[in-house]
Amino acid sequence: MPDLLEVTESGLYCERGDFHVDPWRRVARAIITHAHADHARPGCGRYLCAASGKTVLRTRIGGGSPIDTLRRGESVSINGVRVSLHPAGHLLGSAQVRIEHGGETWVVTGDYKLHDDPTCDRFEPVECDVFVTESTFGLPVYRWRDPAEIAAEINDWWRANRDAGRTSVILAYALGKAQRIATMVDSTIGPIVGHGAVMKIVEAYRASGVRLPSIDRVPPRARRVGDGRALVIAPPSVLGGSWLKLFGETTVAMASGWMTLRGVRRRRGFERGFAVSDHADFPGLLRAIDATGARRVLVTHGFSDSLARYLRETRGLDASVLPTPFTGESPPDASGSPDDDTPDDVDEASTPPADEADS
Amino acid sequence: MKHFADLYWRLDAITSTAEKVASLREYFAAAPADDAAYALTVLAGARQLRIVSTRQLRAWAAEVAGLPDWLVEECYAHVGDLAETIALLLPEPTERSPGETSLADVVRRTILDLRGADDARKREVVTATWRRLEPRERIVWHKLLTGGLRVGVSRALVARALAEVAGVEPAVMAHRLMGDTVADGQAFARLLVPESSAADSRRPYPFYLASAVDRPAHVADDLGPVSAWQAEWKWDGMRAQIVRRGDDTTIWSRGEELVNEAFPEVVAAGASLPPGTVMDGELLAVRNGRLLGFAALSKRAGRKRITKRLLDEIPCVFVAYDLLEWGGEDLRERTLDERRRLLEVLVPAPFSATHEQGVVPDGVIQRSPVVDATTWDDLESRRAMSRTLGVEGLMLKRRASPYRVGRVRGDWWKWKIEPLEIDAVLLYAQAGHGRRAGLHSDYTLGLWDDGRLVTVAKAYSGLADEEIVEIDRIVRATTLEKHGPVRICRPSVVLQLAFEGVAASTRHKCGVAVRFPRIVRWRRDKEPADAGTLAELKRMIHAPS
Repeated sequence: MPDLLEVTESGLYCERGDFHVDPWRRVARAIITHAHADHARPGCGRYLCAASGKTVLRTRIGGGSPIDTLRRGESVSINGVRVSLHPAGHLLGSAQVRIEHGGETWVVTGDYKLHDDPTCDRFEPVECDVFVTESTFGLPVYRWRDPAEIAAEINDWWRANRDAGRTSVILAYALGKAQRIATMVDSTIGPIVGHGAVMKIVEAYRASGVRLPSIDRVPPRARRVGDGRALVIAPPSVLGGSWLKLFGETTVAMASGWMTLRGVRRRRGFERGFAVSDHADFPGLLRAIDATGARRVLVTHGFSDSLARYLRETRGLDASVLPTPFTGESPPDASGSPDDDTPDDVDEASTPPADEADS
Repeated sequence: MKHFADLYWRLDAITSTAEKVASLREYFAAAPADDAAYALTVLAGARQLRIVSTRQLRAWAAEVAGLPDWLVEECYAHVGDLAETIALLLPEPTERSPGETSLADVVRRTILDLRGADDARKREVVTATWRRLEPRERIVWHKLLTGGLRVGVSRALVARALAEVAGVEPAVMAHRLMGDTVADGQAFARLLVPESSAADSRRPYPFYLASAVDRPAHVADDLGPVSAWQAEWKWDGMRAQIVRRGDDTTIWSRGEELVNEAFPEVVAAGASLPPGTVMDGELLAVRNGRLLGFAALSKRAGRKRITKRLLDEIPCVFVAYDLLEWGGEDLRERTLDERRRLLEVLVPAPFSATHEQGVVPDGVIQRSPVVDATTWDDLESRRAMSRTLGVEGLMLKRRASPYRVGRVRGDWWKWKIEPLEIDAVLLYAQAGHGRRAGLHSDYTLGLWDDGRLVTVAKAYSGLADEEIVEIDRIVRATTLEKHGPVRICRPSVVLQLAFEGVAASTRHKCGVAVRFPRIVRWRRDKEPADAGTLAELKRMIHAPS
């Protein structure tokens, strides 16, 4: 019997149900795990995503194609294949896709994390026969610390900078990480300012009912912003340009799981790195995999070789690599973006909205 | 230990020189003398003991972390720093000590006391220490344990910070830091006394270091009249000082290691110098009036014990180019012209660089001759002879300048000859270390030989960070095989390789060895088929007559 899901040149495909999961080309019917650009591409005929993620997905893919949604606990039959969506904890509306047919259950995780994140639902383990898991941080050197501890460090850093009259700039992926950071910090320290790319998503989050602290926009045609007290949240692409000059003296930190490694932080010349990630760390991946009870695990997107081998050797699982068009396995400074796993997802970051382009 | 680890991480994070000096000053002013002495030794870049091999450390870490060895290796290849890899893999500490533990104490108990211990004992101490140290301290401790701690501060910065603590001039402190290591708290305390002590007798002076000229083709425009400059050959040897004081003769390398054992004939010759003499110069390997080159010299330099046979095979001379002390008087503030006149009195025999011109005069201590020229064009044409003479180019030293401390730009310039170059194909790549951790940035390059590409050199510098990132992606996409951290790639990238020379070699499969290979640019305009051949490279070999 052929596998329920297979990799085709358009991505992960379910022939029986005639739909793709996170296709990397335009297809008729796409189930989307989350709205990051390497998972959600514009131009498909029809989309299906978690109800909580619809507004964000619409922001990203633009108008046109219809977006169907599923609420938690709901399922739908697509050409006789049962599909339901379950929280992945990666960002607002991120979902694992459960696909059941002929007594066999597959779960595709997309990206996920097990740590707490007030901006989205917590990861929910789903029992299955075949588990398709990401492995962005699938090496045991990646072990996240308690987010509360890191939040305290960010706050200390912000406070010290504020007292020295320096604006704190924290670089974070504009969708997901930026909003999460905003909820982690202590907004009584000073004002929080968001880059235009960040604000676009902040609005979509608020429209979806997520509570975020007050975040200021940079006024159009501003020449100078703030007095050194602010925390600025911006995508990494601002580093090369003149936008940061608006804030006078700044100190720049990066928020990314890759900041675990000193070499990566030094290479990019960040004064400070906070290892905050929206992906599962190594122990998290193992915990998630164990919880599914799956006998077969397909590993993708990251340190696939190593994790698959580790699962075979330590758990006797039928684990192998599911190829993707992404080379993964490197801290992607690739397109100038050390965002967690999305080397090509800098579109919104590299072209700031017009009201900021001239600043 | 915490304070020292804090210092390490602060120095790692900050880029401003002033802030680095301030951090060092704060540490040294507050640290107990024994801790400070050890910290100083490490910061000054002294050779460290390697008590535990990295292989052992990896094996024990794998056991303690409950991970297979291969996964630890993969992590290391990704992280690019073993001390950091292990620190990240180990479980959280369970016996954290609340207060500050003395660095000197930790080092004595967990490192120095392990000298000569058996592996079981080493393992016991290492694993017990892991349970006590936090990850950020572990990294520093691992580096101490394996003798590999490097901190991004120059000796000059350390000297500046200590000078501020002691309230003396930086140059005075730099001089005090020369020579013997600061072994304990008492030695550290002596370092900080306001006036100079009597224990200075073997101490060399801080070396003045030359900088490369900015624009080799425009030296005449940039440096003014040629008459203001003294030109000398740039020897391809080992920089050293001979210090003759009282009955003592010592030879110090630029790394401030005492190298008396490696160069007994030079020590013997130095004994005939008048007491109170310090000369700066170059150790060179020379036999029958012919320079033997740097490779031969290295065979001598690395040894503690020199056999009679090695002495005959690779005899060495000291070629003096500056006189720093004469009759016990510090001459460094005098002009180069004055120092040179005195040097010529002290060492009348000039060394001849030219194997063609034949015979080197007798005597182990000789004088580096001045290369005479009345115009820049003259000098340029002399410089063009460098490769034939076996030298690296010319040194230009301002006649009116004092002998300075460290790398101060402006008075001493290296005017090296242009490197040799060939286009080579990227064949293997390996992940780099430090800033390039996780990126395939160490390349093995090949040239065409009879229709096949053969490896000729390893090189890992010279490209911009963005280019390294881009090549990293190509490496991943063109990997044919993986051997541990090394990837064999389908030939597609052509890189322009520069090097200082080529010599026949029996150790290299291709039959030649290139000196100081480095990558100058990525030849995106070339295909592998356009790269150079081994035959071309072999034609560049300069066969000494």
